[in-house]
Amino acid sequence: MKIAVCLKRVPDTTTKIVIGSDGASIDETGVKFVPNPFDEFAIEAAIALKEAAGSGETVVYSLGGDAALETIRTALAMGMDRGVLLQSGGSTDGMEVAKALAAELKDQGFDLILFGKLAVDDYNYQVGPMTAELLGLPCITSLVHLKVADGTVEAEREIEGGVETSTCRLPAVLTCDKGLNTPRLPSLKGIMAAKKKPLEVKAVDLGAGTVEILGLELPPERSAGKIVGEGPDAVPELVSLLRNEAKVI
Amino acid sequence: MSVILAVTEQRDGALRKVSFEVVAAARQLADALGATVDAVVFGAGEVSGMDELGNTGADRVLTADHPDFARYSPDGQAATLAELGAGAAAVVFAASATGRDLAPRVAARLGVGCASDVVGLEVQGGRLNATRPVYAGKALQKLRLLGSPAVLTVRPNTFTSSDSAKAGAVEKVSVPSFTARVIVTGTKAPDGGALDVAEAPIVVSGGRGLKEPGNFALIEALAAALGNAAVGASRAVVDVGWRDHAAQVGQTGKTVSPNLYVAVGISGAIQHLAGMRTAKVIVAINKDKDAPIFKVADYGIVGDLFEVVPRLTEEVKKLRE
Amino acid sequence: MTNRFSGVDFYDMDSLLSEEERAVRDTVRTWVDEHLMPVIADAYIKGEFPEALVPQMAELGFFGANLPERYGCAGLNNVAYGLIMQELERGDSGVRSFASVQGALVMYPIYQFGSDEQKDQWLPRLASGEDVGCFGLTEPDYGSNPGGLITTAREADGGWVLNGTKMWITNGSRASVAIIWAKTGDISDASSVRGFIVPADTPGFSARDQKGKLSLRASDTSELLLEDVKVPASALLPKSSGIKSALMCLTQARYGIAWGGIGAAMACYEEALSYAQNRIMFDRPIAQTQLQQARLAEMLTEITKAQFMTLQLGRLKDRGTMTPFQVSLAKRNNVNMAAECAREARRLLGANGILAEYGAMRHMANLESVYTYEGTHDMHTLILGQEITGLSAF
Repeated sequence: MKIAVCLKRVPDTTTKIVIGSDGASIDETGVKFVPNPFDEFAIEAAIALKEAAGSGETVVYSLGGDAALETIRTALAMGMDRGVLLQSGGSTDGMEVAKALAAELKDQGFDLILFGKLAVDDYNYQVGPMTAELLGLPCITSLVHLKVADGTVEAEREIEGGVETSTCRLPAVLTCDKGLNTPRLPSLKGIMAAKKKPLEVKAVDLGAGTVEILGLELPPERSAGKIVGEGPDAVPELVSLLRNEAKVI
Repeated sequence: MSVILAVTEQRDGALRKVSFEVVAAARQLADALGATVDAVVFGAGEVSGMDELGNTGADRVLTADHPDFARYSPDGQAATLAELGAGAAAVVFAASATGRDLAPRVAARLGVGCASDVVGLEVQGGRLNATRPVYAGKALQKLRLLGSPAVLTVRPNTFTSSDSAKAGAVEKVSVPSFTARVIVTGTKAPDGGALDVAEAPIVVSGGRGLKEPGNFALIEALAAALGNAAVGASRAVVDVGWRDHAAQVGQTGKTVSPNLYVAVGISGAIQHLAGMRTAKVIVAINKDKDAPIFKVADYGIVGDLFEVVPRLTEEVKKLRE
Repeated sequence: MTNRFSGVDFYDMDSLLSEEERAVRDTVRTWVDEHLMPVIADAYIKGEFPEALVPQMAELGFFGANLPERYGCAGLNNVAYGLIMQELERGDSGVRSFASVQGALVMYPIYQFGSDEQKDQWLPRLASGEDVGCFGLTEPDYGSNPGGLITTAREADGGWVLNGTKMWITNGSRASVAIIWAKTGDISDASSVRGFIVPADTPGFSARDQKGKLSLRASDTSELLLEDVKVPASALLPKSSGIKSALMCLTQARYGIAWGGIGAAMACYEEALSYAQNRIMFDRPIAQTQLQQARLAEMLTEITKAQFMTLQLGRLKDRGTMTPFQVSLAKRNNVNMAAECAREARRLLGANGILAEYGAMRHMANLESVYTYEGTHDMHTLILGQEITGLSAF
């Protein structure tokens, strides 16, 4: 099986967000960058599918600056076969990223192109399905269960109050959600092997942009309210406040 | 006059609650732009709840009927919306499982960007500015959609119904021919279609303070008494398997914005707060007066939840009688 | 899930590590968070080594990680190897001891003193965890003076017969193979000490756990009994020659232990800091009191000093110039400072500090063993003293 995974370098989820001096992005001082956790489900799925098939190739793509080379090498250390850096300034514009990826992935003969369902910085949920549309490929998003057999994908995704099952033929684009699998840690041998795996760098130009970021700010602080009282005797007062003051019941 | 498309969702032949929020958001935009709102309904036959769309602000209700549309049909619905949306000023979806899947497809087909999970909208100089949470809600991003139509998904429980009722005149629209590349084969609803934490107007969440999984019955009873409430859970109890991951509220679970969030036996770790800090009203019940949850709660009771929660359930029931 | 450990790096040591070294450190750190931390308190209280973790450790390549790839090892440099030990000991000294023994005291002697056949036969199996090894040097009456050991190896029937008792042997009761050090010549002749590969199922070989330990409880510590244990000639490690061969192995292990001390100290510091920030007393966090701040400042200072010194030690080892005396200095310092960090952390934690739910007291107890084994603190003092002055004060 030939499988591509699109990987994004993102700030670690424990990062304390500080607004940068441009008022539109975060201050990156001291921020630890990691592979997008949702993309790790995609990497694990790709490696496991290739292992199950017995043969094939897994390729990891990332779009960004040179710092993303280390992120790609983490994926190679997990077991991806080769990597490609689409070198550019990086973008918060999902559509432009999708266009660049689609241009690169077109006609490469991938059976599957995998993404994480969202990136933990922009929370856009977009690039996967947009890329699929540009490539004219079927797409199922936010998978929590995946089975590939006889050129067909059987998938499950969480919807409100339940699970939706769907199917499509290969080649296809899938985006992965938590619960799909448990991503393996890069083994120590894998880390050493990653240095020798092919890693190509290609410069790409991103388009003018379909969104304009006007600003980034911290959310309003919630101030502490009041302790209504102690123990069950405080309950009638609470209920009265919720009805008459807050008006939520 | 320009048009704002409001994309509704139905399940089993009934419009889902978020559909009305989508129309309300579309109405807000339409009023700012001097536009009209067309609510789009996908179905295979009758869809109940359509007559409420006018009351929520839809000028027209466009029905797209196709056998595939009994269920979600990504390719068919994307094709239909790409056609309908080409001339629209904006296409609005819910930031639901379906909306998040469908909106980017439509945007890509129309060659425009998409703003996801919008919590604030304004029109400036005829252009649409959207405010949306990023970094798991740790920051708010303001952006302007440059292309036309503006495609966006709106967070549930954020755009409440506007009180501007419109005609809601029903019109059939044709469905373009499409290839169904993805086929939805079914929906499993283990909870009998329980309210999703991300969509319920009230969420009652339980944490480790409950001590045992069986004690979630207390939470369920309170939720039932409150009505229209979903049961949520902290990561700690989901990790040990007491509740399903779908109920998890927090940075690695769901972000919820209910009118009322009741945190029972939850200490209020930063990861949990990230998921519920945008609730309109937060109530905390915890025996530790120094628990961080009290720093964000509007109302708190310090006490033994095993005494407080049943009493609260009882008092709420009395209120409703 | 337990909170993720984010390390202690006050002087940006990370910028002095290569990408691979950081990646290795991060893999072990994450593994410890996800797999060791959830089980260690329980394992320690029960006095059981968490053996289910061995296959995972092997799969990730933790054993003999600085040995060459051709033997199924990761082929890492010595700084990366040290970082593995650091991160394992951040979890627990007993678990790090398992890895130290397997890598530095079983795989290393086979690699360094073994024949090609022995290396090809044993190293891959030890790397994969199929075989677990132990290092039989210490005896009931010969600890700090290993050269005085009295286990004998006599030639017989084209092979050897071994007789003796070993004590304080990590992994002993669990091992499928033991590296036994015995005298082939006169009982007073330390230069006649040779190493032997002894499979644990050889008749006459038995191992029994020592009971009643109040330290390293999540580790097996055993007595080994050798009663007319017959091994073939091929069991001898051909290049081993004298007690100095065994000491070379100890130098390898001590190097890893110096890094381990830093890990234990970091764990105790992080735990103490987090606790101090959250524990309210007299209406303020105890982190806002002078005495606790003094504790934390002291711990951070010691950790930071040790980090840079030990990093340089690793670079010297990779350069090929590291001496055993440089290792003595680091082992002695780092374990001692870690034991003090653990004790101070335990005190900062107050009453909670006696619970197994917190790591401080477990680390404190463990580190007493680490202070004592692989050359006691006092022995390393004298080793350094002799090296510095040229005069033996033993």
